[in-house]
Amino acid sequence: MLELTAAHIAKTFNRRNIFRDVSFTLKEGTSLTLTGRNGSGKSTLMKIIAGVLTPSRGSVVLNDDGKTIPSSDHYRYFGFVSPYLQLYDEFSGEENIRLVQEIRGLPAEQSTIDGALADVGLAGRGGDLLRTYSSGMKQRLKYAAALVHRPRILLLDEPTSNLDEEGKAFVHRAIERQKGQGILILATNERDELSLCDAVITLGDPAGGKEGL
Amino acid sequence: MFRSIGPVLAVMRKEFRSELRTRYALNALFMFVVTTLAIILFAIGNENASSEVLSGVLWIIIFFSTMSGLSRTFITEEERGTGPTLQLLTRPLTIFIGKFIFNTVLLFAINLLTVALYLLLLTNYQIRSYDIFITIMALGTVGLSATSTILAAIVAKANTKGTLYPVLSFPLLLPLLLSVINATKMAADGARFLDALGEYQVLISYSVVIFTASVLLFEFIWKD
Repeated sequence: MLELTAAHIAKTFNRRNIFRDVSFTLKEGTSLTLTGRNGSGKSTLMKIIAGVLTPSRGSVVLNDDGKTIPSSDHYRYFGFVSPYLQLYDEFSGEENIRLVQEIRGLPAEQSTIDGALADVGLAGRGGDLLRTYSSGMKQRLKYAAALVHRPRILLLDEPTSNLDEEGKAFVHRAIERQKGQGILILATNERDELSLCDAVITLGDPAGGKEGL
Repeated sequence: MFRSIGPVLAVMRKEFRSELRTRYALNALFMFVVTTLAIILFAIGNENASSEVLSGVLWIIIFFSTMSGLSRTFITEEERGTGPTLQLLTRPLTIFIGKFIFNTVLLFAINLLTVALYLLLLTNYQIRSYDIFITIMALGTVGLSATSTILAAIVAKANTKGTLYPVLSFPLLLPLLLSVINATKMAADGARFLDALGEYQVLISYSVVIFTASVLLFEFIWKD
């Protein structure tokens, strides 16, 4: 059983507290929505959970079957889609997915890549360079890159931005699938997405107090 | 430290493929070498400059072309938003080693071109001890590449990217430059291979120290 624990996380930028004390524990099969006004630190907290950003205080602990996973190995568990994470414009969609798999040290078989592209509705466009993609297609490719290795923890920051109705339906299917098999954390302000997860944390409490589950 | 060579090779292949398509570093390196050589040729002309001066000039070209080309190794990742994506895919050390290998191969190729053009155009400059020269070029390239790679990672996180790289690289690279210039002069003067032993030792020690420090520090440098 996989367990993700955020313990007393705080982040300060230039002496400004973004959040002071965020704590929660999520087990496999559970999900969490992070919400809050603009600048409340939703994306910052997502980056800290994913290990891209170091917290000013607190820690993120990952336990798998009672064994604590070293932070240097956390990346193996995560899939992350965020507006600030980009893929390579000079490569095709197919090359990007292959690259992502190879750098992860995972097999990059053609059938896996084709399947990942087909899942997000990009079948037949895998050979085109990313710079020729629309923003919605780029967003779909980010989903393919984040989901191709079937992550046990999925982080989605503004999950439906730039997507059309078909894209949004795919995201909702991905969310439902992840809720059944792993841990899911959503960061959103969209009203209809707030109820997608089991629990909600609202960041940006004016009192700057403790936030968590 | 890293379990498999596969991800390192994947990062290295990505760098090569990306460079061949975008030419971020290749164009900068090539143009710098060609224009600098042309200026030096016009400035020196037929004058009989000493081997010491010409050895120094050769390494000045290599030093500045390295700064113009390799300084963007990590900056392009940060500017395009692909740096955090890389962080999510593998361990920091994998990225560093992949980029270091790419930089070393690229720098070695550019140095070969620089040396070939230099020897071809400056006819009064000759290398008499090629064993010393090749050894020094190889060791100098590795040292330059290791220093450039870690400095590029530091600079990528700074606000003053343009000025920080030369400011940091000059004092760090000074011991390496003094050593390679001295050994290149010995190669031009026809010294025996073992006469430059002290310089080999300095260069090997320099590269080992810089590489080890980079391996230990890279994770802290690259992570926000």
